[in-house]
Amino acid sequence: MNAKTKGREGGYRCVVCIKQVPDTKKVTGEAMKADGTINRAALPAIFNPEDRNALEAALRVKEMYGGTVTAIAMGLPAACAILREALMCGADEAYLVTDRKAAGSDTLATSYILSCAVKKFNPDMVFCGRQAIDGDTAQTGPQIAEKLDFAAITYLEGLEMDGDFAIATRDIGTGIETDRVKLPALFTVTEKFGELRPFDMRRVMKYKKAKAPVENGGAPLEGDLAIGQLSCDDIGAEADRCGFAGSPTNVNKIVSVVLAGGDYKEVEATDEGVKGLVEELVADHTIG
Amino acid sequence: MANFYRDNKDIENVIDALDLTEVATLLEEDFKFAKEYDFAPKDAADAIDNYKRAIDLCGDIMANRIAPLAEETDLVGNTLNEDGSVTRAPGMKLAIELFGRTGLMGVTIPYYLGGLNMPCTVLTACNDIVSRGDAGLMNLFGLQGIAETINWFADEEIKKEYVPKLVSGEWTGAMVLTEPDAGSDLQSVKTSAYQDKDGVWRVNGVKRFITNGCGEVLLVLARTEPEFSDGRGLSCLLVEKGPWVKVRRLENKLGIHGSPTCEMVFTEAPAKLIGLRKRGLITYVMALMNGARMGIAAQGTGIGEAAYRAARDYAASRKQFGVTIDTFPALRELMSTMSVELQASRALTYYAAKNVDLETGLGRKFESLKGTPEAQTVRARFKKAAAFNKMLTPMAKYYGSEMSMRNAQGAIAVLGGSGFMKDYPCERYLRDSRITTIYEGTSQLQVVAAIAGVTGGLVNDVIADILGEGWSANHPRMTALLAALDEAIAYIKGREDAKVYHDLSARKLVDAAIALVVAALFVKLAEKYDYKKAALEFWLNMEFPRVKAGLEQVMSGYAGSAVDFETLAPAVPQES
Repeated sequence: MNAKTKGREGGYRCVVCIKQVPDTKKVTGEAMKADGTINRAALPAIFNPEDRNALEAALRVKEMYGGTVTAIAMGLPAACAILREALMCGADEAYLVTDRKAAGSDTLATSYILSCAVKKFNPDMVFCGRQAIDGDTAQTGPQIAEKLDFAAITYLEGLEMDGDFAIATRDIGTGIETDRVKLPALFTVTEKFGELRPFDMRRVMKYKKAKAPVENGGAPLEGDLAIGQLSCDDIGAEADRCGFAGSPTNVNKIVSVVLAGGDYKEVEATDEGVKGLVEELVADHTIG
Repeated sequence: MANFYRDNKDIENVIDALDLTEVATLLEEDFKFAKEYDFAPKDAADAIDNYKRAIDLCGDIMANRIAPLAEETDLVGNTLNEDGSVTRAPGMKLAIELFGRTGLMGVTIPYYLGGLNMPCTVLTACNDIVSRGDAGLMNLFGLQGIAETINWFADEEIKKEYVPKLVSGEWTGAMVLTEPDAGSDLQSVKTSAYQDKDGVWRVNGVKRFITNGCGEVLLVLARTEPEFSDGRGLSCLLVEKGPWVKVRRLENKLGIHGSPTCEMVFTEAPAKLIGLRKRGLITYVMALMNGARMGIAAQGTGIGEAAYRAARDYAASRKQFGVTIDTFPALRELMSTMSVELQASRALTYYAAKNVDLETGLGRKFESLKGTPEAQTVRARFKKAAAFNKMLTPMAKYYGSEMSMRNAQGAIAVLGGSGFMKDYPCERYLRDSRITTIYEGTSQLQVVAAIAGVTGGLVNDVIADILGEGWSANHPRMTALLAALDEAIAYIKGREDAKVYHDLSARKLVDAAIALVVAALFVKLAEKYDYKKAALEFWLNMEFPRVKAGLEQVMSGYAGSAVDFETLAPAVPQES
């Protein structure tokens, strides 16, 4: 991103939705419980990788064009760890959306709850990671946009601002598309956007002490060390659209698939043989 | 995510065993800064937590962003463009940008100038980690000594103009000392400076082997007093990058390719005087040099770490004769030696760094207490720390740099033919390590710097500082080696050729002194960590006899290399 284009007075109000996820790169035998759900205790909890790229996108908008960056995480109090990280990188404020009523939310309920939270901040731009590594659905971002009636730009790779418009480049698989989109808009960001900047050590020294009320015996900290805390009621989310009640998705069964070499098939080293192989792979959607 | 701090418990353990509580209290001046800066620590535990977070951040950046580029940086290096500008190697450019954002380019710089106000011990740990990832980067990262020097000695106005930009990485600096005819002997610097009719200092001359001479802030050692031909005629001047400085050549070096080494010409370059005239070499450069030596000690430690890991890792998977080669006794001894010497280097270097911090902190405290009854006690401790540092800093630089070469050699030995190939980084470690025993004073010069403390009886004081008075009752092997060292010193003093024989023997005496200081540090660490017990035993059984053999050589009285030099090392015949 380089500021060839111009922003607008006052900059842009950016909200970034971030998620704490189990580090699926460190999956061991204990990663899944007998009932098929994730054994979170067996995996370290990390800042979802593409949400880091989303935060970087928001921070670059602020750096280049001015404005503010608000980080929001929905989850258990432990998610405050990544909110502190967001503050250490340069986010202006952080909010934890936490509520028992939100437990068991699928992407529909999650995007509903997050859209209610985002609305409170009246943003110009919302940034999400393309997808979280625990679910890999890539649904939450676009669903938030739909509920807010914001334009949704997925697979964001580059961004410039031009007054009330964003000029966004996105990866469409077969090439790069450039969109000029009127704000407000939501962007889902991939790793190609660029890595999250490292912590500013002075912010580390300060914000390591930031806490949400739930981490502090219910009392909010004073000043800017306070991580905001929002319940479903605080954001006006209707109970029957949150958590299990608001989640039509039912996981029927989870199977742990171990990929291993099995049968093999010999293909003749002729043009016909290779052609046949390619056709077969296309037919079963391995390629193409 | 990978992290060069978290995957190496030795760093944290050594720091914990040093206990930086007093250092933190001194540097934070009883935590008064917490009132002024909302990020400054409130107490020692808070400060030490910050120290560890800073090292952790460094470990994260090095492991994930910079080390993966080290091979490319080594291959590509820096480029001198036709217009005299320098294009940096890819890893270096990124590192300056990233570290500039973090504040880690100003670890020891005070808060009001944009720094973190942290101890030299933290900077040392960062340098250790940086050098493990890319040794050449340490030469740029370690240039925070430029900002330190400006902070210590320059006028307030100059400090505020330059230091924050060096800390943010917007600018980088260089210490511009060496000349074609003034290397180890800096007293003979010829570059001159004079004041023009408007009172502006102007610098003229040629400098060589200047690390990052392409940087924006150049601290130049130049002769301002032509009537003095020695160190008394030299001052330190700040020259900004501009048309008056030309980089005319980038050196083609054996190693540390990420670090641009420049030959530069100054023509009527406008300059600002740093501090006082005539103090350039005697005070400022010596201070700068001591900091730089700590940096090289850590650089050696980091390269030694990288080399050890490459060797140990390879040996665990490489099979010959049906077994992995880490089962062979000869290789076990080699890798144990590498590991223990690496631990020795880290223990010695960090301990030396802590003493630098005590000297800095106690010096400041003394200034603030002047005239009070407490002042004299503080002054006595300050002087003790200063005396320790005069010996410990060169010891750490000497030991760390020599160890890095041995470990790099060892890594290639373990990898065998593969280690000789460019497919593995071991050959790079060897090339990178080679400079560490040369710059900022060769090993021979470190020995010269350390020997006065050794012959003056400081080793016992240092051990007592680590283990407490009366230590010798519990450590007979150390007591015996110290007695042998004292005996050798007395023997040298009694000889007719004492001066020459002292110089011949100095290295052996310093080796024994280092063995003793490290043994004391290992004893202390072993009280806290079990794995250090094995390191201590190894040290007492392997290193003590080795240095004792050196003392036996001293006691033999043999001075052949001095008196029979022309026969032992005949002059090379010249072509007629």
